[in-house]
Amino acid sequence: MPKVKIDGVEIEVAEGTTILHAARQIGGDLVPPAMCYYSSLKGSGGKCRTCLVKVTKGSEKDPRPMPKLMASCQTMVMDGMEVASKSDEAVTAARAGVVEFLLLNHPLDCPICDQAGECHLQDLAFEHGKATTRYEFERRTFEKIDIGPYIKLHMTRCIMCWRCVYLAQQLSPERVHGIIGRGDHAEISTYIEKSIESEFSGNVIDVCPVGALTDRTFRFKSRVWFLNPMNAHRDCPTCSGKAVAWMYGGEIFRITARKDHYGEVHEFICNTCRFDKKGAGDWTIEGPSNIDRHSVISQNHYEGASLTVR
Amino acid sequence: MARKLLLEHAQLEGISTYEVYRKNGGYRAVEKALKTMSPDAVVEEVKKSGLRGRGGAGFPTGMKWSFLAKPEGVPRYLVCNADESEPGTFKDRYLMEKIPHLLIEGMITASYALGANTSYIYIRGEYSWILFILEKAISEAYAAGWLGKNILGSGYDLDLYVNIGAGAYICGEETALLESLEGKRGNPRIKPPFPAIKGLWQSPTVVNNVETIAAVVPIINEGGDEYAKIGTGKSTGTKLISASGNINKPGVYEIEMSISVEEFLYSDEWCGGIKNGKKLKACVPGGSSVPILPHFLVCKTANGENRMMTYESLSDGGFATGSMLGSGGFIVYDEDQCIVRNTWNFSRFYAHESCGQCSPCREGTSWMEKVLHRMENGQGKMSDIDLLTDVAKNMEGNTICPLGDAAAWPVNAAIRHFREEFEWHVKEPKLCLERNYGLVHEPVANTIAV
Repeated sequence: MPKVKIDGVEIEVAEGTTILHAARQIGGDLVPPAMCYYSSLKGSGGKCRTCLVKVTKGSEKDPRPMPKLMASCQTMVMDGMEVASKSDEAVTAARAGVVEFLLLNHPLDCPICDQAGECHLQDLAFEHGKATTRYEFERRTFEKIDIGPYIKLHMTRCIMCWRCVYLAQQLSPERVHGIIGRGDHAEISTYIEKSIESEFSGNVIDVCPVGALTDRTFRFKSRVWFLNPMNAHRDCPTCSGKAVAWMYGGEIFRITARKDHYGEVHEFICNTCRFDKKGAGDWTIEGPSNIDRHSVISQNHYEGASLTVR
Repeated sequence: MARKLLLEHAQLEGISTYEVYRKNGGYRAVEKALKTMSPDAVVEEVKKSGLRGRGGAGFPTGMKWSFLAKPEGVPRYLVCNADESEPGTFKDRYLMEKIPHLLIEGMITASYALGANTSYIYIRGEYSWILFILEKAISEAYAAGWLGKNILGSGYDLDLYVNIGAGAYICGEETALLESLEGKRGNPRIKPPFPAIKGLWQSPTVVNNVETIAAVVPIINEGGDEYAKIGTGKSTGTKLISASGNINKPGVYEIEMSISVEEFLYSDEWCGGIKNGKKLKACVPGGSSVPILPHFLVCKTANGENRMMTYESLSDGGFATGSMLGSGGFIVYDEDQCIVRNTWNFSRFYAHESCGQCSPCREGTSWMEKVLHRMENGQGKMSDIDLLTDVAKNMEGNTICPLGDAAAWPVNAAIRHFREEFEWHVKEPKLCLERNYGLVHEPVANTIAV
């Protein structure tokens, strides 16, 4: 089993583990941010370049450092490899550069964005970005599109992580949406605003790291930090039926799939569970869901012992 | 008269037809390889020749071929990269237009060496008329028994196809080319795995430039050692250079890699000097992606040696005072040209051609384009110059494929060598719309910023 040292912390991981996963096994500050990589989606990753790390020693056999910064989500660990993540200035500078690029055309409409509070781009910008911008040109904008009755596509906010494209390709039987155009005018699209009909289409909302794909049944209903996320389950003939019910008092405002520490879903849920079952009687509430990564949500409305997070 | 290996018969009447090509010694290399040599012997010969990839990177071809994985029961492919889209480069076009059979002969020889039974030529969409030239040549080769089953009774089968792209520069990047060839969106793949291990349809694949594959023919005909005698140092053989810009005789030239840049630029045999008796201002020696050189670094290197038309000499001094031979797109600028405008033009190209897959290139290329655009139009600020360098630095090396680097290098180099011209554009916003800056001053020795 290869041993790898990340920011001075050594860990032994299974063969074929990526640097990102090795870092996640260690945990803490040294874990590179990941905007496009998604464990459960095959082929994802390598695009956003936020997870760049410096490989200061290739391996025990070939100790030469790698000449460029590497995308940690795509680079496999080798025995004896040494990696610098947040400890290296070149890495943090490159990440700051990427954050700047990602925010160039981002509308920064967090105050009216439903994703605010659970947005990975917010976290990333907070950790790695600068408070000002050097961009002085008009930002790229798109019209908002409804793709079906449940999902709103707001391309202006998109960071082109391709997660939703991979999800649609891997979860639904036929491919209905993808990327059209090239370069900075590329956009996520369905063919002439066609709706996405798959029973699992709602999961694109969960995999979207920003507010480009939002739940039309929840839009503008509440800020996420006013809601209590509760693990809940129901007997569903289509999916696992394991979800998170976002509640205010006894009322369910929205349903999402269960996300892990890094915001990744491993069991996708069906549209019936997500959009149609919002009555209190539809779900068996298990208890509070743990979402410690997103501090904004965690800091609010957890009064009382029964609702203490972890 | 310099020796020509590829374009020897280019001016011959009817050389694009099979009969004339065969009469002039065509397909000898295939005969020699298939009848007298083992595939490994062909690879050895190419290794001995010291041939380096002619597409831009200059990686030794023999070495690339020997990296090809050869697992049992998995097909191998040879793909010819004819997606020549670099601004300033048009050598492959000339070669394919004039002597299509040379490429086909090279493809057969190289496919035999690599053990590929299916090979592809991926040609850029804008070369639609060359598609027909190649298709015709291929059908002639099939009819004459050079392609198909059991070629020359050797038991070796080969099918050759031409595939046309849809006009994207990015599809000249080898993994994007393979994606496009598979019928997908032309996005570069993340490497590793390299194409030599997992390329076309997840099988081992070699991707070579048109000129590289054509050069295999003279190497087999004359022997690798003979070929290696031409040229200097690690730049062996002949190279096609597509010369353009303010010169008296623009065109495609085959040079031995032992002549100096000065000779190439001013001799009547080649470029014939600067047009209208003007002075040389700058030169991009290897296609739009490579760093631009100011006039005082074109013919001489930083330490005063003569600059030669070789891989080593053109990159002498690194990016601080050198450039690259690249794909041989030799663009010459006279004193009347504006470097800011030229840099903007290149930037616009890269912004348009970025695939949009990874963030630094997608956002960075169009940002640089916008900044350069306003600078060219007299609306720039002094801080823009450092901004451009900084954006280029954030892009360079941080992208999936080399397009990010290719977009960053010309901007970096232009600012490095022509900073005073950029500053003049900011200081004289009205004047810069009326006239050009003219020549830049040669810095005092050893003060060139790295």
